[in-house]
Order: sequence, then C-alpha cells, then structure tokens
Amino acid sequence: MSAPSARRTVDSRGSFCPGPITDLFKAYRQASVGDVIELLATDPAAESDARAWAEKSGNKVLEVSQEKDFLKIVIEIDRKGR
Amino acid sequence: MTTASVQRESTDAHAAPQQKFCVVLSKATLDMVYPAFMLANTAATMGYESHIFFTFWGLQVLDKKKVASLKVSPVGNPGMPMPNILGMLPGMTAMATRMLKGKMKQVKMPSIPEMISNAKDLGVKLHACSTTMDVMGVPKENLIPEVDDIIGAATFLQISSGAQTLFI
Repeated sequence: MSAPSARRTVDSRGSFCPGPITDLFKAYRQASVGDVIELLATDPAAESDARAWAEKSGNKVLEVSQEKDFLKIVIEIDRKGR
Repeated sequence: MTTASVQRESTDAHAAPQQKFCVVLSKATLDMVYPAFMLANTAATMGYESHIFFTFWGLQVLDKKKVASLKVSPVGNPGMPMPNILGMLPGMTAMATRMLKGKMKQVKMPSIPEMISNAKDLGVKLHACSTTMDVMGVPKENLIPEVDDIIGAATFLQISSGAQTLFI
C-alpha cells in the first residue's frame, strides 16, 4: 500500500494571480496521491482559480473557508500527471 | 476511493488527448508580456501543452540585451493615470515603467526574466519567429538560451492546430 498521506500548507497570502496557482502547482509536484494541500490566499480570484485548476487536473477541492483576513482552500491530490 | 479506481481514472486521463494553449505575442511592452506569460504559465500548471510564439516586437522578450529592461509606454495608453500628451515628454516612459514595476513587486509578481524561468520550469515552449529575426536584425546568438526553437508560420499553424490561441 502507499505511504500515509501528508498534509502541507502553502502560504500565498499577498500574491495575486497567477501566484497562488503557481504555488499550489509547486506543492502538487512534490505531493503524492492522497496528500492534502492547504492553500492560504488573499487573492480574490484564488478560490475560482483553484477550483478550475482542480477540475482540469483531476483533483478535488475539499473545503474552502474564510479565515480572519484570508481564504483557506483545502485540496486533495487524487491524480498525478507528468 | 480504492487504489484500483484511482489507477483507472489516471489511465483514462492519459488516454484523452492533451489540450493545447498558444499565444502569439507581437508586443514587448510590459502590459502585453505579463498577460502572455500569466496565461501560458497557468495553462501549463493546468496540464495544457503551452506555447508562446514571439513575433514582431514580441521578439524583444527573447533578446538577451532587452529582456531585463522591457518597458511600458504611456503613449497611446489612455488607461494610464496621466494626460496622454504628457506621455510623450522625455522620461515619462521610464517613470511609468518604474511605477508599474513597483506595483508588481508589491503584489509579489515575478519579474519578466523570472516569468520566463518559471515558464521553462513548467514546460512552456518558447518559439522565435524567423522572419522577425531577419527584419529586426536579431541574430541567433542574441537570443536567450530559454528559446526552444526558431520557426515560421507554417510550423506555428501546425503546433497551434486545435489549440486555444490568443494574439496579443
């Protein structure tokens, strides 16, 4: 069986498109299937971009929550391409 | 979800042809170059095969001597926060460029050379237009090493066949 899944946090607060998606993608490249990435962002486009990215790349947005002054987007890695 | 179904899904994904995204970049002012790389780089993170074709003034982005000093012009750019006629005064282009670069830095936006290196890292292909090199007098030796190849219109049309394509 595969190794236990990991959870990592990617802090993209203060950066705007395409910063959060670029940061998310860098974490995704290091992640394994089953891992969970928490993306922290202040960019108002981050949620819809993360959803579009996840749909296109075959991954899943588990949860989006509004924290005090940023968004937390939780993404489960279901598929690894390239 | 079981391992087996994960396996099957990823196989299905690979069976589908990869979608493509292409940009024809014909200008080298910052307000044109940034959107081209933002879209091409993002497309690559989403799994698109991504290409930028640099033609006319766009080729300056691939010119070793110019890539680090691209500018934005206030002339013919009514969105700039100054009367258009003032944009023609000496020093205005430098000032507008400094202002834009300052703003970009504030929002942690990478510089153009950094965008290029991100693009390469993500697998975006950079194509130089052969005719432009001839017309603008840019020899092959002046191109940055990140350039993938020097191509003509026919090759670009072949590459962009079936792609989402933008002209900037």
